[in-house]
Amino acid sequence: MFELAVLDSALRMATPLILASLGGLFSERSGVVNIALEGILLTGAFASIVATYYTGNPWAGVFAGVFAGVLISLIHAIVSIVFKADQIVSGVAINLLAMGLTQFLTWIVWGSSANSPSVQGMAHWSLPEIWGPVARGVNVVISHYPPLVYVALILVAVSHVVLFRTPFGLRLRATGEHPEAVDTLGVSVHAMRFAGVLLSGAFAGLGGAFLALNTHQFVKNMSAGRGFIALAAMIFGKWSPGGALAACLLFGYAEAVQMGFQGQAVPTQFVQMIPYVLTMVALVGVIGRARPPAAIGKPY
Amino acid sequence: MSERHAVQMRGITKRYPRALANDRVDLDVEVGEVHAIVGENGAGKSTIMKVLYGLTPPDEGSISLWGKELSGHRPADAIREGVGMVHQHFMLVDTLTVAENVVLGAEPCSHGCLLDVAAARERVRQLSSEYGLSLDPDDLIENLSVGLEQRVEIVKVLYRGAKILILDEPTGVLTPQEVRELFVILRALREAGRTIIFITHKLEEVLELADRITVMRDGRVAGVVSAAATTKEELARMMVGRDVLLRVTREEARPGEPVLQVAGLSAIGRKGSHVLEGIDLEVRSGEILGVAGVQGNGQTELVEVITGLRRASAGSVTVCGRETTNRSPRQMRDLGVAHIPEDRQARGLVLGFTVAENLILGRHHRKPFSSRGLLSLDDIRTHAERLIEEHDLRPRDPDGDAGHLSGGNQQKLIVAREFDGGPALLVASQPTRGVDIGAIEFVHTSLLRMRDQGAAILLISAELTEIMTLSDSIAVMYGGKIVAQFEGGAVGEEELGVAMTGGAGASAGGSAVRSDGRPPRHEMGAR
Ligand SMILES: Nc1ncnc2c1ncn2[C@@H]1O[C@H](COP(=O)(O)OP(=O)(O)OP(=O)(O)O)[C@@H](O)[C@H]1O
Ligand SMILES: [Mg+2]
Repeated sequence: MFELAVLDSALRMATPLILASLGGLFSERSGVVNIALEGILLTGAFASIVATYYTGNPWAGVFAGVFAGVLISLIHAIVSIVFKADQIVSGVAINLLAMGLTQFLTWIVWGSSANSPSVQGMAHWSLPEIWGPVARGVNVVISHYPPLVYVALILVAVSHVVLFRTPFGLRLRATGEHPEAVDTLGVSVHAMRFAGVLLSGAFAGLGGAFLALNTHQFVKNMSAGRGFIALAAMIFGKWSPGGALAACLLFGYAEAVQMGFQGQAVPTQFVQMIPYVLTMVALVGVIGRARPPAAIGKPY
Repeated sequence: MSERHAVQMRGITKRYPRALANDRVDLDVEVGEVHAIVGENGAGKSTIMKVLYGLTPPDEGSISLWGKELSGHRPADAIREGVGMVHQHFMLVDTLTVAENVVLGAEPCSHGCLLDVAAARERVRQLSSEYGLSLDPDDLIENLSVGLEQRVEIVKVLYRGAKILILDEPTGVLTPQEVRELFVILRALREAGRTIIFITHKLEEVLELADRITVMRDGRVAGVVSAAATTKEELARMMVGRDVLLRVTREEARPGEPVLQVAGLSAIGRKGSHVLEGIDLEVRSGEILGVAGVQGNGQTELVEVITGLRRASAGSVTVCGRETTNRSPRQMRDLGVAHIPEDRQARGLVLGFTVAENLILGRHHRKPFSSRGLLSLDDIRTHAERLIEEHDLRPRDPDGDAGHLSGGNQQKLIVAREFDGGPALLVASQPTRGVDIGAIEFVHTSLLRMRDQGAAILLISAELTEIMTLSDSIAVMYGGKIVAQFEGGAVGEEELGVAMTGGAGASAGGSAVRSDGRPPRHEMGAR
């Protein structure tokens, strides 16, 4: 179970979760529940494959994934911030919308009801060998995984700094705790919440792009509950980037183990349940200690 | 005009769907004066200040600051013009530190875009030492007492360089000692040339501190007077429209059987130390026992244990002869224990519920409010209408949101609910916090009437005068213990004050039951 190969694939499995749960973090810290992560992942995945398909450049796909994530989360922002609708309902609607829309567009673009053709994946980073032994040493580290794995890890650190070391992060956290207080200080609650939700779209869209580009194609419903697991990881990680990272690694690991078990004596249905059961156990285990932002879910 | 005036408001009208909060209000505040605004609960005091601060847009009227007219301004504009406001219900983020709360929205930066925490701390230290506020910039708000929270609010305003300070009922939640300290601060601010607008229900404070006073009634201005040329009685008459008893008269108590008996009661706080230690007390039917003490010396915890909200670690609570230690709040209520909690918004009300719904909380599961698992809406409504009438809740609307009531009316709602239904024991924590003088008179006479009808009353209050006028006997708490006990009427404010600050003088007073000079515990925050 602890073979290198399993740990190795755990990090890959965890990457879309990490990105999506960072997204959830920004939204929830501003006071907006975002269960639309699932739909945003899916949308980002689809958009990234379409863009890569037409341009032949996976980086264009990454950009498209982020852009699509922001666009669809804009719906969530407008509905739940401006029109003060219930944030859960809005999130559910976006998840359903994303599911139907990506499937429909898959059919329009590629004439298939299930998946896209294969596209080019992302080239791993590497320094030219002619730079000598130093370059070779560096390459051992930076070319082992697809680039977005490193990007995700860097973004965990960046998110931590942004949330806890910048004026923006302070305002965002305060907005999730006590929007009236923020308002009386002349800071716009709506602006902070828009920023939180749109950032979450960007992050989850990026997660979707990784998910799709890593498998070189778009498959219908390929997010397969990862948005919800990311949400659970964020809660498990107590609404902090480092905590979310640890939780995502744990879930990624469970998923990797689950794949290793497939085809063995245990019925696959049970094996496939492992990550979800782990989610529930994890949530129950920390339920008393996790403290969500006080004003979460309340329109202002 | 202009030069002399920091604020000029003309014809401000603000309508809410269920209330006319301000009706053509004019307000002039001169540069450098302390201007008080007084008026009954719901008279529109907070509303006019929120309009001035830009939080609530008025329906009609004009506002000028420093002679310059503003239109459609927001708090950000008011802050820029030098207005700062300390709200009736504090606007602090519990999970952030003092320094973070102070700089929020106007953060100092270093390295381009990083929050300069060191500079924030330094500014808080500097401001708090300049005005003698003694705040630690790194404390979390959730660990502070209300008095300290208020200082954070004041520092917030000073940090933004406010030249006009609005304080909405700053003294409502403070102990007498803290009030004195606040007044020292406010005087220093006036010396420094700042203009102060403050709202209060305490007329002595108005006469002591204010230069001029605007009296409001039912959303209108009932008059503007200079503090030097008026009296408490006249102010009260202008506010209420009739003469008010500023002091109630009290009959001799005729105590009966013991209703509440507390023996050797102890409780452990969040950090594992004792917040209550060996408390003994007894309240008989037809008697009021007042508990005095500086906030944070265990009064909150004592109330929580008696009402079933906190677990006792040792000792016993007996109500009407039945052992009730560590029963649930529901069981205590069913035994006839009523509770007016000290924090009205956190524990007394469900702010999103209507007035009628709030008026049955705690008894909602019993007849006549529900039968066979269904709520009886008609009975709930008649009940609400009756209590609204009896207690003069404003507006008279059972279907309005409790969260939209003025602060004092929220308090009156709780008092109405808890007084109703003839409780055997009433635990009243700060029952008149934030209510106007008319309502104080009402609450005080009601408390005495309940006593005379045979209820036992445990009264916890930070107002020494309230304790002294109402109590038949007085217990003083310090450091989680009862350090002194006096007969009501047999003790002066001076003597009580000494006992409250450590017990050294209490034993000298001769009637102390227990004393030790332990310092107060700081972990026992007021929350
Ligand atoms: N957000 C709101 N929605 C609806 N009605 C409101 C709202 N805020 C205030 N009101 C109503 O406006 C009136 C004036 O309220 P306001 O808070 O200004 O009173 P106040 O003078 O500050 O009273 P208190 O001394 O009790 O604090 C009240 O009748 C209140 O119910
Ligand atoms: Mg008010």
